[in-house]
Amino acid sequence: MIAPSLAASAASTTSTGEAVQFWILAVVAVLGALGAVFMKKAVHSALSLAGTMIVLAVFYLANGAYFLGVVQIVVYTGAIMMLFLFVVMLVGVTAADSLKETIRGQRWLAGLCVLGFGILLMAGIANASLKEWNGVGRANAGGNVEGLASLIFTKYVFAFEITGALLITAAVGAMVLTHRERTERAATQRERAEQRVREGKQVTPLPAPGVYARHNAVDIPGLLPDGTASELTVSPTLRARGQVRDVSGEALQDLKALEQRSSDWLERGRSEDADANAKGASK
Amino acid sequence: MNPVNYLYLAALLFTIGAAGVLIRRNAIVIFMCVELMLNACNLAFVTFARLHGNLDGQIIAFFTMVVAAAEVVVGLAIIVTIFRSRHSASVDDAGLLKL
Amino acid sequence: MENLIGLLVLAPLLGAGVLLCGGRRLDRSGPWLGTLLAAVSFALGVVLFADMLGKGGEERALDVTVFPWVPVGGFRADVGFHLDQLSMTFVLLITGVGSLIHLYSVGYMAHDERKRRFFGYLNLFLAAMLLLVLADNYLLLYVGWEGVGLASYLLIGFWQHKPSAATAAKKAFLVNRVGDMGLSIAIMLLFTTFGTFAFDPVLQRATDAGEGKLTAVALMLLLAACGKSAQVPLQSWLGDAMEGPTPVSALIHAATMVTAGVYLITRSGAVFDAAPDAQTAVVTVGAVTLLFGAIVGCAKDDIKKALAGSTMSQIGYMILAAGLGPVGYVFAIMHLVTHGFFKAGLFLGAGSVMHGMNDEVDMRRYGGLRRYMPVTFVTFGLGYLAIIGFPGLSGFFSKDKIIEAAFAKGGAEGWILGGAALLGAAITAYYMTRVMLLTFFGEKRWQPDAKGELPHPHESPRTMTIPMVVLAFGSVFAGGLFSINDTFLKWLEPVTGHEEGHSPVSALTVTAATMVVLVIGVAIAWAQYGRRPVPVTAPRGSLLTRAARRDLLQDDFNHVVLVRGGEHLTRSLVYVDHTLVDGVVNGTAASVGGLSGRMRKLQNGYARSYAVSMFGGAAVLIAATLLMRAV
Repeated sequence: MIAPSLAASAASTTSTGEAVQFWILAVVAVLGALGAVFMKKAVHSALSLAGTMIVLAVFYLANGAYFLGVVQIVVYTGAIMMLFLFVVMLVGVTAADSLKETIRGQRWLAGLCVLGFGILLMAGIANASLKEWNGVGRANAGGNVEGLASLIFTKYVFAFEITGALLITAAVGAMVLTHRERTERAATQRERAEQRVREGKQVTPLPAPGVYARHNAVDIPGLLPDGTASELTVSPTLRARGQVRDVSGEALQDLKALEQRSSDWLERGRSEDADANAKGASK
Repeated sequence: MNPVNYLYLAALLFTIGAAGVLIRRNAIVIFMCVELMLNACNLAFVTFARLHGNLDGQIIAFFTMVVAAAEVVVGLAIIVTIFRSRHSASVDDAGLLKL
Repeated sequence: MENLIGLLVLAPLLGAGVLLCGGRRLDRSGPWLGTLLAAVSFALGVVLFADMLGKGGEERALDVTVFPWVPVGGFRADVGFHLDQLSMTFVLLITGVGSLIHLYSVGYMAHDERKRRFFGYLNLFLAAMLLLVLADNYLLLYVGWEGVGLASYLLIGFWQHKPSAATAAKKAFLVNRVGDMGLSIAIMLLFTTFGTFAFDPVLQRATDAGEGKLTAVALMLLLAACGKSAQVPLQSWLGDAMEGPTPVSALIHAATMVTAGVYLITRSGAVFDAAPDAQTAVVTVGAVTLLFGAIVGCAKDDIKKALAGSTMSQIGYMILAAGLGPVGYVFAIMHLVTHGFFKAGLFLGAGSVMHGMNDEVDMRRYGGLRRYMPVTFVTFGLGYLAIIGFPGLSGFFSKDKIIEAAFAKGGAEGWILGGAALLGAAITAYYMTRVMLLTFFGEKRWQPDAKGELPHPHESPRTMTIPMVVLAFGSVFAGGLFSINDTFLKWLEPVTGHEEGHSPVSALTVTAATMVVLVIGVAIAWAQYGRRPVPVTAPRGSLLTRAARRDLLQDDFNHVVLVRGGEHLTRSLVYVDHTLVDGVVNGTAASVGGLSGRMRKLQNGYARSYAVSMFGGAAVLIAATLLMRAV
């Protein structure tokens, strides 16, 4: 359609500014990607990935895809990554993955495949050896969003409609998958209290964590009269994660530290006295 | 600089994402790696659009985003469901078909 | 006239169908219906014969295509009939002797519960045999050939409750299959060579094909003839076939079925004429069999088995004559016809004797029957005189001609064949005289039967004696009638061709020699069995006698060579099957199983493992794409 004008708008190099931006941000993107893959905790992976996506958004803008750049930030970084974070929270933020491989040979095979794939892909791109390109300046002449809109609602209208249907389906699907039907009436507070009494295990509310006048954090169990920690005072979740802090020996340690410090101080005083005595004696 | 470099970057990101899919066990992380691969593709499409001088590549990238969004919604729902019933997000644990 | 040919075959076929499918209500009328239809067939044959006689020698052949049978592309096989003088001779012999034997059976089988079935089989046999001799192509002939084999199987095993009869039927069928194999191969060879089955084109263009191919065809045809005509090496079934009812022995194993081989060789004369090596094989088979059968006939005490040996021997004469080529064809057929009369007569006589003697078959327990069974004695005696070649009777003319023709072969071969034929004539005289003396002369050696009753010999009913009388007339006069003015020669010559042999010895000398050996044979037999009392139990005898009693060890030979050999072959094949074939199969299975066991580990159930496979595949695809672009 615009074949004759292609040559006219052809360029052979980008601006120096873009080149500098590319080389800097590309490193950031790759680091982010590597972080997403190799971070032990899913949260860190998600954050690394978000960084990479923001960098990609910048690259979209640099490539003349203004609309996509914005969408990338809003939809991907803003919505999808947040969705990921929500799920990570649901599943458990702190549970770090073990990076130890369980399938024998998997890592070697994966490395080999990935390496071969990457090399081949790069070779394919290198093989294309493009010297000139057109740039989207002419296509964006009437505005990037307007250009996209005219394409979406003419040439790609069916695909667009179908993606609409896909989104509806996905939304319904997600709801169906995660929804749990409540099959019985929720118990009222009174009923639960009565049940507690019937079971006779723990009639009163659970004791609060922390030790009076010393600690009130939720991860510190309260002490029983004999000085041992009470299991009931901390959340079972924290117990399961092994995040309970034991402060029962803290008082003794503090005392020991105090004695140490005082003895240190007394020692120094004693030696000075001795010196003074020695001086006094010599006098 | 030649915009072809964007393509190299896209290939690199895609490969890294693929490696993540292959070596990570956490379903969520795997999912994120898939997203990374999709994004790498999008970068390639956008670059192609620039090289060709028309907007079709951007349109495809746009559709990719939509499809990726739908996929994330369903995929994460599945992960949540599996986690609920199995208390694990490891793909190796979902091995009922294993011999 | 042409339509009558179809009817000729159809009448007995119809009889077979009606009798076999008709059910019990035909039990009483069935035998007469079967006999009537056989007679109708004979009457049709006579009408056609009269019609044929009214025409000139070369125009007598009738051809009729009834319907196209297998019209497939260029391949064409029709149900068509060819009635010439050769077929006519057979038609008259088959229907004539056949009708008489039907009549005889009415009396002989009167007390058998399954006689309706018996007559159905007889009719089926007649139909098949007529189809065989009337077919105008080899494929239809093969149908008749197999039909005859089937009917023979059914009739030999008619008393199937006797294990010996069932075994004999199976043996006959199996041995015949070997011959049938030869015929089918010959037909296939003919088709590949000539592209047709019809007699006319095949026989007219016979010399076009190479001699090697014709020799192969001729040898295969000879194999077929050996099977059907009980010639060495496929002779073993005939003796056992005597387990069938006596009319069957008379009809099938004397007059008609066993002559099918002679018919086949004569009909395919052009093929044999063009293959001298095959002809040598034919005369060898004929000469060996005529001596073989004669020797076996000498040692048998069972009257029917002695006659069976004789049949073998006489057909050996015919095969010998047929193997001599145009010199002998006419005499082969002539001997066939006269033999049909006297051998049928002899068998019917034997049946009559057995009928009177409580089904006793051992001749050593007969003796002195001539006073009790006068008609049987006279007719049997005439048949006896005819078969040994007593001057003036049928056998004299036909056998004499064959011996002459054998000498006319010339060279050492002629002398050997002629000598064998002469020797055969002497042995024939010997064993037939033995049969005669043991049965009708000497003192009574009757023994009580299984129930402890002494037999009360009596003349057989009219239905049995009439056929015997008629056949006796044939035995006496047929040869003479045929030989006056060479009637038979002129009759058959247009079909088979004929050339005079040039014998190194004159015809008179041959006749004289035949007379001399005849007298010698009779004299020896009389010296052994006529002058001295005959022991009821057979003496141990010489080695040759004992071997001959065992059919010259034919069954032992077959057992050792074929059965044992077959067993060993089977065992080795089973071994090969177990080790090699099963080994390959099991090995394949095991290796596939082992491979699967290893491959199974690839399917470890880990999604990530599969992902690696997918990814590797994608890498390979990219590599392939790049490679293709590079190339």
